[in-house]
Amino acid sequence: MNFPFLSVIMLAPLAGALIILFLIKEDLHVRIVSAVVSAISLALSVFVYFTYDRVVGGMQFVEEIPWIQKLGVSYSLGVDGISLPMVLLTGLVIFTGIFASWTGITNRVKEFHIALLILVTGVFGVFMTRDLFFFFVFYEIAVIPMYLLIGIWGSTRKEYGAMKLTIYLMLGSAFLLIGIIMLYLASGTGSFDIATLASVEYERSLQNIVYLLMLVGFGVLAALWPLHTWSPDGHVAAPTAVSMLHAGVLMKLAAYGLVRVALFALPEGAQTWAPVIATLATVNAVYGALVAMAQRDMKFVIGYSSVSHMGFVLFGLAAMNSISLNGAVAQMFAHGIMTALFFALVGLVYDKAHTRYMPELGGLAHQMPRVAAAFVIAGLASLGLPGLINFVAEFLIFTGSYQVYPVLAVLSILSIVVTAAYVLRVAKWVFFGPSLKRWEHLPEATGVEFVPIAILVGVLVVMGAFPSMLTGMIDTGVASLMEHIGFAQIGGNF
Amino acid sequence: MNYVLFLPELLVAGLGLLLLVVHLLWRTQDGSRSFGYFTAAGLAAIALYAYFNLGVNQTTLEGTWVSDPLAAFFKLLFLLAGILVALSSISYLRVIKEYFTEYLMLVVFATLSMMLVVSAGDLISLYIGLEFMAICFCVLTCYLKTSPKSPEAALKYIVINAFSSAVLLYGFSLLFGLTGSVSITGITQALTASDPQPAVYLALVLVLAGFSFKTSLVPFHMWTPDVYEGAPTPITNFFAIGSKAAGFGLMIRVFLTVFSATAGTLVLLLAVLSFLTFTIGNLVALPQTNIKRFLAYASIGSAGYIIMGLVAGGRTGVEAILFYLMINVFSTFGAFGVASVFGSTVGTDEIADYAGLSKRSPFLALVMLLSTLSLAGVPGLAGFVAKFYVFLALVHKGFAWLALVGVVISIVSVFYFLRLAKVMYVYEASEKEPVRVDASMQLALAASMVVTVVFGVYPTPLVNLVGQVAQAFLP
Repeated sequence: MNFPFLSVIMLAPLAGALIILFLIKEDLHVRIVSAVVSAISLALSVFVYFTYDRVVGGMQFVEEIPWIQKLGVSYSLGVDGISLPMVLLTGLVIFTGIFASWTGITNRVKEFHIALLILVTGVFGVFMTRDLFFFFVFYEIAVIPMYLLIGIWGSTRKEYGAMKLTIYLMLGSAFLLIGIIMLYLASGTGSFDIATLASVEYERSLQNIVYLLMLVGFGVLAALWPLHTWSPDGHVAAPTAVSMLHAGVLMKLAAYGLVRVALFALPEGAQTWAPVIATLATVNAVYGALVAMAQRDMKFVIGYSSVSHMGFVLFGLAAMNSISLNGAVAQMFAHGIMTALFFALVGLVYDKAHTRYMPELGGLAHQMPRVAAAFVIAGLASLGLPGLINFVAEFLIFTGSYQVYPVLAVLSILSIVVTAAYVLRVAKWVFFGPSLKRWEHLPEATGVEFVPIAILVGVLVVMGAFPSMLTGMIDTGVASLMEHIGFAQIGGNF
Repeated sequence: MNYVLFLPELLVAGLGLLLLVVHLLWRTQDGSRSFGYFTAAGLAAIALYAYFNLGVNQTTLEGTWVSDPLAAFFKLLFLLAGILVALSSISYLRVIKEYFTEYLMLVVFATLSMMLVVSAGDLISLYIGLEFMAICFCVLTCYLKTSPKSPEAALKYIVINAFSSAVLLYGFSLLFGLTGSVSITGITQALTASDPQPAVYLALVLVLAGFSFKTSLVPFHMWTPDVYEGAPTPITNFFAIGSKAAGFGLMIRVFLTVFSATAGTLVLLLAVLSFLTFTIGNLVALPQTNIKRFLAYASIGSAGYIIMGLVAGGRTGVEAILFYLMINVFSTFGAFGVASVFGSTVGTDEIADYAGLSKRSPFLALVMLLSTLSLAGVPGLAGFVAKFYVFLALVHKGFAWLALVGVVISIVSVFYFLRLAKVMYVYEASEKEPVRVDASMQLALAASMVVTVVFGVYPTPLVNLVGQVAQAFLP
């Protein structure tokens, strides 16, 4: 048997959580163990990413163990061109997240890292599993620790934010659960294997119902308007590492689920609902950007920018052609890195200045030139500057979707202008302008604090310079997906 | 007559009597703890025997006594519940103080009574078993002589129980009048032979109402919070994990056979009961401030999900109920077990006093967190698999709407359980003194959490077991 790379990537954080729970007492040791296990996951993710055979394509590194034979559940893992970027993204964000909380989290360090590592196990699981039952289990494992993470270690109305987030997401997964069960029963295959479920042709009416259930379920987590309100509140309340993971990775779980499960198994249902998704996603993009414009708290700006950018992802999915899907998946990756960087930087500023209220801040570039520079890079990525990876993603999304929804595409593109305005406004208020006396004592980010910044900026720039590293990979996954759903393409809407 | 078929019951009865005799010979206060361990060990030995005889499928005493895998499964469940209750009672000794051996004997006999109920093959032995059970539980409920709530609870229980028994008996008498038989197989044959008469529907409603009292389905749940609150907490636990399961065992045995001719009406009534139960149980749990009342309503709510298995019916439905009930033993035990330790050491049952429990006893807080999340149906824990199983059966039957409403309402339970987690983990404790947990209780709680987590991750052995039981019951 081959070395179970995927299991190790997924279970290393869990093993770390158990080691910390039973063996470790010192805070520093807890941090070191967490960093080591997430480094293992990251290193193996990188290894798998670069050894994946793009020519052969399809599911690789597969592992399969029968789990509950009676119900057709099996522990089966595998990665393809769509899931690999997500696995890599998760590895990057958790590794940098551990460092981002190195100085920020000082209270109950042990419990924090246990919850964080369990959550990441769930996230890795979702991106790797080929079994729908396990998909749901991992999906929920990724959601529940969030309550404690925000409720205990958060800031700004943390109890409200944590509860609102959890209730919204659980409500979403209620719909998802019923959708999954209906799909399983309707297939008549007695198997939860996603590929097996997708090989059945379902009646259109069933596809419409099940897809709707899944759309509501995933839509909540993807912050689809009007189900998005938990997202800014939750992101703002969460501690830095959790915001990074949540906006960077968890919201992608939903978009990933829409591609991997809903679109794959229910292409005709997707066809029916695509115009609705496209319209709502446009609202997401425009409304999110406009609301971000009006915020005074730095973290709320980033929170609403996530709502806006998730709109692009969903818009790309709704256009359902291979260019736009490529773009959507690339945007999932690019936005994940970019927003994780944003939250890491905002967290640094908050840890040092103890405020995120922009009118109080100013001129921080004098004290923290590196943070300011990184923020500008993230901001430029956010507004889609060519040369950074986000540009590639957004370009693909709008090239693909313009053919299908020209009017909506133009509206969405206009929201990028608003993005430019609010990002540059934050940069101006917080980092530029004259140096203020009361912030003169602020130290620059140094040592471990600088690790996440360096890594995330590096990824944005390197991937931007060599976009084929990302798009070439995604294309192998999207191509086989399109082959499967080919007949259900749409065109000529508004 | 094959006495081996009665062996588990005979052994349990022997254990109860032995406790009394040994107690007379060796009467010391210190001995009480060892009696507790002795009871748990005895029940464990019998449970082991029961586990290895799950496959027996015979009837004896002219159909009065049924020894089938269904009955054996429930007996195993009651024995496991009895072990956990006996262990948790040891740490409750400081509250009970007197007559502890008699208390243990009653726990053993309560276990016996439930075992008798699920093996009953006719209505008379079934009824006798139920009354036996009610008497044991009634005495156990009023064991706290110093607390005014305990006798009040016992009185409420005995009155309501007498009332529900009367309703049940009236239903039984109608069945006997219609068919001329008291045996379950005899009645089934007579009723399925011809189209059901109107009186059958009346009997159905009465029997359903009677059983609904026992399993505290809304609107027959009124006694539950008061009794759960007043009883000694280990006994509250026994109500929630044992007595309730016995009621569901009866429902499986009676409804899926006797009333199969009126299945349409039955399913409709059960669906309505299910909806009312999970909605009202979960919603009324929200404003509760006393942990025992809170968990009582939560447990009423979960009965609404268990009953979905009966709505679904068929083999999958039975499997789902069995799975759910077995998981319920361990998860619910965890929650009430923590309440029992906390109540007996700190001396309060108010949820507000659980503030900062994660610092005062990380173990108790973790057990409470895991068991309540399992009850709420969070994946990774056994409660999720149980709920998943029930919903699977229900959607299969065509009740996707009920399943959807059920999952949505279960969010309420996530909310209030997370609120409890918030109190334990986020709020600061007013007292810093650690909460001490006895070795017996540590054992019981740790064991039930191991089961909850292991079956949450790898439920296959239990899924296979309930599959075999259901296959034997509905070939």
